[in-house]
Amino acid sequence: MIQAIVFLPLLGAILAGLIAVLGAHARHPSGDEVEHHHDDHGHGVADAHAHAHDDHGHDDHGHGHDDHHVAEPPASGTWAAQAITTALLFVSAALSWAMLVSVGFMHHEAGVKELLPWINSGELQVSWALRVDTLTAVMLVVVTSVSSLVHLYSIGYMDEDPNRPRFFAYLSLFTFAMLMLVTANNLVQLFFGWEGVGLASYLLIGFWFQKPSANAAAIKAFVVNRVGDFGFALGIFAIFLLTKSTDFETIFAAAPSIAGKTTINFLGWHADALTLTCLLLFMGAMGKSAQFLLHTWLPDAMEGPTPVSALIHAATMVTAGVFMVARLSPLFELAPNAQAVVMFFGATTAFFAATVGLVQNDIKRIVAYSTCSQLGYMFVAMGAGAYSVGMFHLFTHAFFKALLFLGSGSVIYAMHHEQDIRNMGGLWKKIPYTFAVMTIGTLALTGFPGFAGFFSKDAIIEAAYAAHNPFATYAYFLTIAAAGLTSFYSWRLVFKTFFGTPHDQHHYDAAHESPIWMLIPIGVLAAGSILAGFPFKGLFTDPHGVEHFFGESLKMNPHILEDMEHMPFWLGQLPFIMMVGGFAVSYFFYVKRPDIPEELAAQQPLLYKFLLNKWYFDELYDLIFVRPAKWLGRFLWKKGDGFVIDGFGPDGVSARVLDVTRNVVKIQTGYLYHYAFAMLIGVAGLITWFMFMGGQQ
Amino acid sequence: MTTWPILSVVTFLPLVGALLIYLVRGDDEAAQRNARWIALWTTLITFAVSVILVLRFDPGQTDFQFVEKSNWLAAGISYHMGVDGISLPFVILTTALMPFCIMASWKSVKNRLREYMMAFLILETLMVGTFSALDLVLFYLFFEGGLIPMFLIIGVWGGPRRVYASFKFFLYTLLGSVLMLLAIMALYWNAGTTDIPTLMHTAVPRSLQTWAWLAFFASFAVKMPMWPVHTWLPDAHVEAPTAGSVILAAILLKMGGYGFLRFSLPMFPLASHDFAPLVWTLSAIAIIYTSLVALMQEDIKKLIAYSSVAHMGFVTMGIFAGTMQGVAGGVFQMISHGIVSGALFLCVGVVYDRMHTREIAAYGGLVNRMPVYALVFMVFTMANVGLPGTSGFVGEFMTLLGTFKVSIPTAFFATFGVILSAGYALWLYRKVVFGALTKPSLASIKDLTLREGVILFPLVALTILFGVYPKPILDMSAASVQQLVTNYNTAVTAVKAAALLQ
Repeated sequence: MIQAIVFLPLLGAILAGLIAVLGAHARHPSGDEVEHHHDDHGHGVADAHAHAHDDHGHDDHGHGHDDHHVAEPPASGTWAAQAITTALLFVSAALSWAMLVSVGFMHHEAGVKELLPWINSGELQVSWALRVDTLTAVMLVVVTSVSSLVHLYSIGYMDEDPNRPRFFAYLSLFTFAMLMLVTANNLVQLFFGWEGVGLASYLLIGFWFQKPSANAAAIKAFVVNRVGDFGFALGIFAIFLLTKSTDFETIFAAAPSIAGKTTINFLGWHADALTLTCLLLFMGAMGKSAQFLLHTWLPDAMEGPTPVSALIHAATMVTAGVFMVARLSPLFELAPNAQAVVMFFGATTAFFAATVGLVQNDIKRIVAYSTCSQLGYMFVAMGAGAYSVGMFHLFTHAFFKALLFLGSGSVIYAMHHEQDIRNMGGLWKKIPYTFAVMTIGTLALTGFPGFAGFFSKDAIIEAAYAAHNPFATYAYFLTIAAAGLTSFYSWRLVFKTFFGTPHDQHHYDAAHESPIWMLIPIGVLAAGSILAGFPFKGLFTDPHGVEHFFGESLKMNPHILEDMEHMPFWLGQLPFIMMVGGFAVSYFFYVKRPDIPEELAAQQPLLYKFLLNKWYFDELYDLIFVRPAKWLGRFLWKKGDGFVIDGFGPDGVSARVLDVTRNVVKIQTGYLYHYAFAMLIGVAGLITWFMFMGGQQ
Repeated sequence: MTTWPILSVVTFLPLVGALLIYLVRGDDEAAQRNARWIALWTTLITFAVSVILVLRFDPGQTDFQFVEKSNWLAAGISYHMGVDGISLPFVILTTALMPFCIMASWKSVKNRLREYMMAFLILETLMVGTFSALDLVLFYLFFEGGLIPMFLIIGVWGGPRRVYASFKFFLYTLLGSVLMLLAIMALYWNAGTTDIPTLMHTAVPRSLQTWAWLAFFASFAVKMPMWPVHTWLPDAHVEAPTAGSVILAAILLKMGGYGFLRFSLPMFPLASHDFAPLVWTLSAIAIIYTSLVALMQEDIKKLIAYSSVAHMGFVTMGIFAGTMQGVAGGVFQMISHGIVSGALFLCVGVVYDRMHTREIAAYGGLVNRMPVYALVFMVFTMANVGLPGTSGFVGEFMTLLGTFKVSIPTAFFATFGVILSAGYALWLYRKVVFGALTKPSLASIKDLTLREGVILFPLVALTILFGVYPKPILDMSAASVQQLVTNYNTAVTAVKAAALLQ
């Protein structure tokens, strides 16, 4: 069964990919002759013209807008590609739910299925294998459910794009890589899935490859993730050095004997081996999950089509880092210092991203920063040792954040690819269904009682309060504050989009509800945003429920769940108060007195600019990493290679040889007395030498 | 078991082909066609014969196989051929890539075609000979002989600055080989033979080890090429014709790595151990330095050439780590790089044949008219980046893993290559393939032809196959690598123990 879940999406990706490639091949002639300008002139010009027109279409919409005005006809086989990939994904999703039931509740089928040997060399024995336990099963459900709904949604959302087979191939490829990631039984296969989702993310962000901004965002996403992977890779090497294995079972078994006993000399720093390893691995998680300092790629990734943002940059890929820490919980539990770092970064991200989200105007970027912030919450739970609680938030977040993205997509679709919330307003009458589901998503995100986010987010804040961690208090206050900010910016989005007066009458008049393909998935996710909470609460947060449900797949902090229950009553109400407060301020600002926010921004220009420019991280990184790297590259090339190495090496040698020959040539003057003089000196020298040398003997 | 000298047949069959082409008279269209077909069939048959080597090869055995030995020159210098798990992959790589090179030159070479094909066939003989020679003098002949056809290929069929490039290539490599010749003589006087298997089991005095190691190192480091003797490579690549670049990147560079594995490590283990930190430092510098330089290139071939230097840095690092994973990873990385970089140069050749320029700025938006090409190029770009699932990952991962065990700082700095390679490779892809197609010169460019597809698709398949299932190569070399590593470590620990006793 697990093979079917994992490989059906791959099959879909291959089939859709073949349809895309064969279709593209049929449309574009092959040949190695380039036509010259005089023959077949008309063809070349017409072609260039058509492309110039395409670009124009893109430029019209400018930054971050989906292009729906391409004149190209849809690729042949589009419907086949869509039907195949979507149907296979739904089968995979149905099997995943069955798997969750049988593994999580009936305790069947857990185990490892070996597929193929992969890298075997000496002690290094890595194989392709599919591991199934409750943790995996939860992820399988999240990934395949959201992915199948996003596939369905994309049929509607992408209906005017000519390259849909390629799009669906990428989506399914992503799903496959993500499934390989969550079913990995060793760190190397985890890394395979990790980089595989990175590749799919790169391809999908840059799906509209004619847009320079999309290409730049795609490269940025890949390279920033690689910075994280740098740490991840070193972490794998360190694990292998310590345990001679990369298999989870072996590592976990060996970990207790390493903890606190072994040190590694890492560039002169005698670090506790396990702490160092966990920190390196966490660096990978920071990249993938867009944590503070490595978060810069996520907002830019919104250049991709909206369904991609929902699937990859909200529900699944960005949670891979959280999953990785949960998977490695037996290691992190033994490295409390590493846990402290995890909690610090989680809390910082939760707060930082929320502050930036306050002032953004692009509907997708607001949701993106919100994602970043919520991922921070999950890491706070991980740092507290409450892994199941973090997984709970991952689970609920997947539903309501995918809902918010797809709902935003529906708004964008209705507004003809307008993404700036300043140009929206009053839309609730035009698209009531979208308005309703967006409200559900917002209630779930802000933690309104009864909705999914309420249960998971409050549990995280409780975990932060109860944790025995140097950063527990820090994390507690920051997550509380972030809860208020989340409520504020989420309602700001809703109010500015759906209430007030329309700012763009033309688009407003043309606004219409999305096709049924898009509304069904949103509806299902809206149901999930309510149902994913309370019914699952016991499984993820109750001490006995967790033990029964997760079994061996998570190694929890032994006391955290009990301690969470002893939270003082009034402290337990704080998140709710913050949520209401955020709502009230937002309501006052954007419904009652819409002039106040602008006044505030005018009064505090520095703070406003600081937030609007995302704490200037992009500028800072450009200054300290990108520019120096380019400068250094050019310097090493021109000065290092060109001047020093070639100058003193081959070029220098040949130049010296030439100099010597030139001078030798000069000596050959052709005058007899010059030669005679030279001979005389030579003879004199010889005689002198013989006299003195002979004298010595 | 073998009844016929199969290894000699593989080695000298291309020479027979070259002779046949020489016998074809005239320079008209028919003669050219004959020359092409003779060359293609020769390389194909050679490849087919070399497949027999694989089938009959016993991977469990650590000794040399398919051994042929007969008296040749003075006492102790004989015609001795044979392969083990380390050299066989390179032999196969050579014979497998040659047909692609011939096909890649099918249309692009018009000038002196017969001589061109002959040069390639002679080069094949010399390369296969290098990897299967088991006598130092024989090895030296093949190793240095390879210089001449390559020198001619760059110098005669190269680009505008071909003379400068070919002389630079020649100067660098010759400097190394002179020193190697001296070392070979020293070894001969020490042991009285130039037989490689015998020398591998002969203990060499410590002082001689040091000097001989340095002399061999001079030659192999230039061939690799290691930083700072790498500057001939970008120039040679840029000026060489497509097939020349492919051979240069895929096979000639591997002779350096092969030399380290065949001579430096087994014959001079103590010197290798002493000098390992030097090699690690140079490797780490090479990886970071050339990756940074690659970021700023304006010429496609130069960018790939610099990335080759960085990838070879992983190889030298892994080999001198002296661990199982490091050495096996080094072998694998060389094979993988042979496939991937060769394919990348073929990809450049595809657009060069159409546009006659290698400048990155002259391209952009090729995906709009060349979707199949874009897909193929993407696979090789990702392999170059070292994405898991492509062969590029396995070698990089294993060498880094093997090095981390013995030198954490080296592995730490080398891992920066992971970030930088993503930077330059994706940047190149974005500039050449992605974007809108606005340049009028590209407006009528066309997608891959059948011939180009036949060249590139098998390489795509191999890149992914070896990324997912590298076992065939790893198993082929495992026993020999294991023995090499064991001998190396035994020698090193013996000396350390002796030092402790004193």
